[in-house]
Amino acid sequence: MDIATILHFLTIPWVFLLWTSFLKSFIFLNLTIIVVSVTVFAERKVSAFIQDRSGPNRVGIPLTLFGGKKDSFFWGLGQMVADPIKLLTKENFVPAGVNKFYFWLAPKLVMIPPILILAVLPFGSTLFGVSMTISELNVGVLYIFAISSLSVYGITLAGWASNSKFPFIGGIRSSSQMISYELALGLSVVPVFMICGSLNLNEIVDWQIKNGWLVSPYWPKGFELSTLIHPSELVHTLIAGLSIQRFALWIPLLISFIIFLVAIFAETNRLPFDLPEAEQELVGGYHTEYASMNFALFFLGEYAAMFAGSGAIVSLFLGGWSCPLIPDGSHGWFWGLVNIGVFFVKVSLMLLFMIWVRWTLPRFRYDQLMKLGWLGFFPIALANIFLTALILAFTHR
Amino acid sequence: MLLSAFWFFATLTIAFGISVILLRNPVSCAMSLAMCFISLAALFITLDATLIGIMQILVYAGAVMVLFLFIIMLLDLRTEKSRRLNFGTTLGGVLVIAAFLSMLTQIVLSNPQFAQTIPTLALPTPDNVKMIGMTLFHSYALPFEAIGVLLLSATVGVIVLSRRTLR
Repeated sequence: MDIATILHFLTIPWVFLLWTSFLKSFIFLNLTIIVVSVTVFAERKVSAFIQDRSGPNRVGIPLTLFGGKKDSFFWGLGQMVADPIKLLTKENFVPAGVNKFYFWLAPKLVMIPPILILAVLPFGSTLFGVSMTISELNVGVLYIFAISSLSVYGITLAGWASNSKFPFIGGIRSSSQMISYELALGLSVVPVFMICGSLNLNEIVDWQIKNGWLVSPYWPKGFELSTLIHPSELVHTLIAGLSIQRFALWIPLLISFIIFLVAIFAETNRLPFDLPEAEQELVGGYHTEYASMNFALFFLGEYAAMFAGSGAIVSLFLGGWSCPLIPDGSHGWFWGLVNIGVFFVKVSLMLLFMIWVRWTLPRFRYDQLMKLGWLGFFPIALANIFLTALILAFTHR
Repeated sequence: MLLSAFWFFATLTIAFGISVILLRNPVSCAMSLAMCFISLAALFITLDATLIGIMQILVYAGAVMVLFLFIIMLLDLRTEKSRRLNFGTTLGGVLVIAAFLSMLTQIVLSNPQFAQTIPTLALPTPDNVKMIGMTLFHSYALPFEAIGVLLLSATVGVIVLSRRTLR
């Protein structure tokens, strides 16, 4: 078999789809895992900064072992490597009296959904003409909701299989919390569908490139670098961006953005909604009985869910991989890489925001949390849909 | 490709369906049922009905089965003791299954049309959300709304019934 036949085989449509999908999944998954491990480190560093501490700063390269004069700490970046090694080498202790099969299964069920969600996130425009979305599903957003609703299983089963009171209460709390906030989460994005007219995340991102990010009330039309030089054109583009419909729609979109953001916090069990693992009440919540890599899977699952949630927020409301003045991947592979970079920068900023919130706000009480979900967000999200429909009906041209 | 996917998921669906009946731990039964729903969703997706497939996961696997699991855990049901098979009930069961299967084979064999696989859709990526939305809100708007009202009344009924016991 010579190279020409192999190349020909690789360009058969379904073979091409297969190997590009594998490659994209591989790259995106690995990038995500890297971002997740950096986030774990950033969580400790940012919390230290907020609380006026130094944080982890001792783990680095031990140059003195090899005859160097001074150890190199690199701001404690070695912690990112040290943590996984510690977790991998610890004894995987399984307490007596647990349901072995489900005890083993639960951490995997927590880790899988966030990874499956990555499949529909558009993490870049195109690279060499290949779309940088693993699967352009036409019901992408619904797919995200469907898969994230499955993540309840892992946590509930972990609480139940541990055969201990605290994990059980943690598991029950978590599942009821996730079920409650799923409703608000789902309803809050309906205005986005009504405005963009699509459930496909790629089409929603494309809409935002044409019409501006959904969280912004104003977007200059056809703004390019060249317009900056000509004042008359600049004024023209700035005025062309003004529209009553856009400004009126900004109100429901901002509401849905805030509800979606808060619901993502609740879905990923982050503070101020981390009741399932409230230390003062429940020791460690559903993962109290877990050790070693099984515990690490819960931990990674939480951060991967944060990543997936941030990716969804960025794609739905913050323009996805697009950035004003930066062309898309059809202008060359360099811009394709830049687009991927833009997506990851935006997601990282969202992750930083989540960490910031965690170390700023105190925890909710459980009944307050449920009340907020059912009596606050749920009716507001429902009313928001009607508001959007009214605005669209009255300003329709 | 799709045919092999069909056989794979069909086998999976039936295997998990059987394990719902055969397993004795209630939590295992609930989990098997959830897996059964998920494989069913995969079957819908191989038939180009992505929206229905995703809805299947969202509603049945994600919401209904979680509530089932919840209740099973809260009730703290013990593992059922495996009972010895009763001759009469086994015979009855086998007869019912045999009758059903023979009816099914008769229907399938009655028309050669049933033996063929469904042709793939003409459109490469049909916008099924739009099509289902149009069908529901244009052709069947009244029945759809009626079902909505029915469900609402059921919800209100549940609230009223649970309130009465409190007083």
